[in-house]
This record gives sequence, C-alpha cells and structure tokens, in this order.
Amino acid sequence: MAIKRPKSHTFAIGLLGWAIACWVFFPIAWMALTSFKTEVDAIATPPQFIFRPSLASYHEVFARANYWHFTLNTVAISLGATIVALALSVPAAYAMAFIPSQRTRGTLLWMLSTRMLPPVGVLVPIYLLARNTHLLDTLTGLGIVDMLTNLPIIVWMLFTFFREVPAPILEAGRMDGASRWQEMTLVLLPLALPGIASTALLSIILCWNESFWSLNLTSSQAAPLAAFIASFSSPEGLFFGKLSAASTLAVAPILVFGWFSQKQLVRGLTFGAVK
Amino acid sequence: MATVELRDIRKTYLKDEIIKGVSLTIEDREFVVFVGPSGCGKSTLLRMIAGLEDITAGDLLIDGRRVNDVEPAKRGLAMVFQSYALYPHMDVYKNMEFGLKLAGMPASERSAKIRDVARILQLEPYLHHKPGQLSGGQRQRVAIGRAIVRNPKVFLFDEPLSNLDAALRGQMRVELATLHRRLNATTIYVTHDQVEAMTMADKIVVLQGGVVEQVGSPLELYHHPRNLFVAKFIGSPPMNFIPVVVETSSTESVTVRLPDETFLDVPVDGSNTPAGTALTLGIRPEHVALDEPGLAGQVEIVERLGAATLFHIRLRDGQLLVAQSDGAADHPLDSGVSVGLPPRHCHLFGADGLALAAHARHPLLA
Repeated sequence: MAIKRPKSHTFAIGLLGWAIACWVFFPIAWMALTSFKTEVDAIATPPQFIFRPSLASYHEVFARANYWHFTLNTVAISLGATIVALALSVPAAYAMAFIPSQRTRGTLLWMLSTRMLPPVGVLVPIYLLARNTHLLDTLTGLGIVDMLTNLPIIVWMLFTFFREVPAPILEAGRMDGASRWQEMTLVLLPLALPGIASTALLSIILCWNESFWSLNLTSSQAAPLAAFIASFSSPEGLFFGKLSAASTLAVAPILVFGWFSQKQLVRGLTFGAVK
Repeated sequence: MATVELRDIRKTYLKDEIIKGVSLTIEDREFVVFVGPSGCGKSTLLRMIAGLEDITAGDLLIDGRRVNDVEPAKRGLAMVFQSYALYPHMDVYKNMEFGLKLAGMPASERSAKIRDVARILQLEPYLHHKPGQLSGGQRQRVAIGRAIVRNPKVFLFDEPLSNLDAALRGQMRVELATLHRRLNATTIYVTHDQVEAMTMADKIVVLQGGVVEQVGSPLELYHHPRNLFVAKFIGSPPMNFIPVVVETSSTESVTVRLPDETFLDVPVDGSNTPAGTALTLGIRPEHVALDEPGLAGQVEIVERLGAATLFHIRLRDGQLLVAQSDGAADHPLDSGVSVGLPPRHCHLFGADGLALAAHARHPLLA
C-alpha cells in the first residue's frame, strides 16, 4: 500500500465493514437460528435468542419432501446451464474482444438490456414456448431458460477478461500457425482461466438462486430447491420453523461453495478495476 | 531464401486510407528498415506483410507467389513483436516449441532445433523458466528464438527494441546485426528510431502518412535526401533550414540570396527554378563551418557531448542554427561568431519540398 493510513482509520473502516456484514448476514443467521426452534418458539414475541434447540423442523421437512431429489435437480440445472452458457459465451466473447466490428458495442449493450426487462413480462410467451415444445417441468427446459437469462452477464464478464489478454499474444499464436480454434483453446483459455473460473462460479450461484422461472416452469419432476422452499409456505398457514429449515437446507450447499471460492469470486468481480 | 514484393499495396480502415499505394521490392537476404514518425503506417504495412491485417488493394508477393489470401503461418514468415508477446503460461522451451508442434514436427527434431537456437541466443540456462521470470533482454531473446526455430524465409520485427533501456538497446542492436549476418535471412524491421535504421539497414524505407517518401541506403538518405521530410527526419541533430531566394540559376548551379543579403552559389541543377523563386536551404550541423566567412551570429547554447560539441547559434535575423564541432572546440556563450556554409554540402528544396538534384554524389556513394 502506497499511502499509509492512520491506525484509527483502519479501525473505523474495519468496524464499518463488520457492521455492514452483520446487517447483510443477519436475515440468513436468523433463518438458520429459527430452523432449530420449535414452531411455538419460532413465532414467540418478543423473538427469542435463547431457546432450547430442536431438530423437529428438520425431521418434519425430511419426512415431507425428498430433499435430495430437489438438490440433485438444482445441481444438474446449475452445472448444465453453466457449461452450456460457457460453451456459447467463450466464442462470442472471443469474437467481440478480438475481432470487434462497428456493432460490437451495440450488441453488448443490447444483450445487457435484456437483463433489465422484468422476467414476468415474458412469462406468458416463455411458458407457451415451453409447453408447446414439451419442456415444461423438465430439467432441459428450466436449464435452457436459466442459461439464456445468464448468457448476457457471462458474455460481458468473459469479454472483460479476454480484453485483458494482450492481442499480440494471440497474433503470435496465429504467426506460429495456430488456427482460430487453437488460438482460443491453446493460448487464450489458459491465460483467461482465472476469469473463466469466476464467471462459472457466478453463473452457478445465479442458477442456484433463481426462483422465478423455477416456480413457473416446474412442478414436481424438475423442481429445484427454490420450489422446495416454496412448498413449505402452505395455504394452511406459515410454519416458520419448517420454512426456515427448508431454506437453510436449500442455501447451505451454495453458501459453503461460495465460502470456499470467495477469493476467486472477489478476484474475478474486481478484475480490471484494479489494474 | 526469399524476396518480398509489394505492388501498389493499399489499406483502407473505416473509409480512411492508411496506406496509400506502396510499391517496393525487398531483395533476398536484404535487411530493410521501415522508418517514420508514429502513425505513418509502418507497423500497419508490416502487419499486412505478416498477414495480421487484410490488404485492401494491391498485390503482395513472396518469392514471386501472390500471398494476399494466404494465412500468416503459411507465408513462411516469423515475427518478433514490440511487446515480445511470449505465451506467459508456457516456459521458454514450450514458447519456442509451440509453432513447431503445430507444424507437426517430431519431438526429437523439435528438441534438437530448440537446443541449437537456445545455444546461439545463450538461453540454455533459462529453457524451463516462464517469461515472467526473465529480464527484458532475455524475453527479447526468447521472442527472437521463437522466430528463428521456425526457420522462416523472412523475419519481421515490429519495434523490437523500444521496450529496452538505452544500454541494452545498443547491445541488442549489435546482436541483431550479428544474427542477421549469421542467418542470412531477408529481414523487415520497423522502428521509429533512426539510429537503429541507420546502423542496421541495407535499405531504409522512409514512410509518412501512408506514402513512401524515399527508399535508399542509409548514406543515400543521409547525403541525398529526396525531399524536405526525409532531410528533416534522418540525422541527429537534425539538418538546419534557412529560407533563401534564387538570384540566378542554370543547369550547373543556383545562386541564392541568404537572409543577410549575401549570395551563395550551390552546385545543383537549377533548370526549373527561375530567379525570384523561394527555396529552402538545408545544411547538416557537422557541415556548418564555424569561424569561416559567412553568416554572423551569437552563441546561445553550448551542448558538450564529449566527442563533439553542438553550438546553437542565433543568427542576425533571429533564426537558430546548430553547428557541430569537435569536442575541443571552444566558443564562449554569447560570443559573436561567423558561420560558413560550404556550398557542396548545401541542399536546396523547392516549394513542393523536393530536393534540387545535386551534381556531385557523396564519395562513399559514387
């Protein structure tokens, strides 16, 4: 660090950081806490911080729904959508970064603009498309929609990473006799691997957490964890204990995954910003 | 080995013509340097020869074969980039091996070739280092090695020394010249540094605004610049220019009136320059004769380079003239001095910038 900050500053920034982290993490912590309460404790006013932990909610959740079925669906959709999205985005981002045309900028912005559209706006057409192609409640159907919604972000991220690779290195490859394909696989991909990894991580997380299309396009066969959570907010009334247990079970894997890959993620998301 | 021929090569990029019709023949084993100010199109021209840029119009021939639409690697060229452009994820050995591998050369042959080149370039101890672990000079050598192993017909260099510090640049210049003599390959070298151009080239191509200003040997360009641009661009410190007016002219010589109303008889062909024409007289600093009868002025700045001394002399009419003298020459600051302009070293340029043909050739060029 070039500039030395006074110790009190560092302390204040640290304190602020922790405060924001606690504030952001509180709902998740509260959810995890509630999942270990009995239903009576869960709705007690004032809210109880000290209580007798119980696994009753978990037992009931496991008894009522097949957690592993939903988890496997989510894993399959997240991984599948991410792999297909990368396979499509790498060539697209390569072309945009290294062989730009006059329309490249516009195309990129247009792609991003599709993310600004409220998904509900295209619910009916997408639903009908899925129904008519017999993709309703299938892993393929939801996977395709998840993949397409994330495609703009993935192309954008890869585009930014690829642009950090100096063009002469690829040209050197071409002078050495590499075809476009070899240039991409043997020169570009190894160099952009950290960026591709963080893009993949982000895509997995986005797919995992996606709920709108999950709830609207699946019912039982292909239902992912989002549907699993939703199934516990029943019309007979809210059972916060069970709902929290289900939610905790749904987010736990991705939370652990995110924890272990956070270095890679932060590095990826701030890439280029700190050159 | 190989000849390279450019026939009216043009490049248009977004409606702008960057290369405006370049015709040039590069002989076998020749070391040709493209030189010019930044933006003159020299790098674009090199990249067009390499195949990294499309050729909008014209023909590019290598060994008599039209290669406009041939892929870079199939043109039999190798290129050394300004930024070295080594593959950062591969060690030195693999950097050099990459092209050979793609060409399908057997492993044993590859290994023998790479070790041979590594020995020539003194890279043997670094074969298993990544580019990031090497110094600038070593990276440069790896880039050259990567070009050499492919045994190309023509070497292309795009400002290869501009990222190195002055001392290393001088050293690499000698190494490159030695290497060229050893490999005897046709070489095209792009630089904006005229010292590199002068010292290494068999033939210099001066470019400006996408047009070839002059092609010739270094001394040809130095002593017989075709126009004002080349005269200004080649030579350091640059040539001095003085506005003059033609008094009388003949095919034998032109008599011009200097700013101080004295006359000078310059031995150039004046058949198209009638009396009264405004011309520009050019003279190199080392040809300005201090303490000889001529223009009067005052010493304003003295730059002592050791072996030589540069005197910046303010003439009566306010113009600054640079005179180069030996290292021992002594003229105190602000002292009055008279500078002679030896006619045989004077160049005359017309209003169109073109030089009037001199009668005498430089002895080394005769």
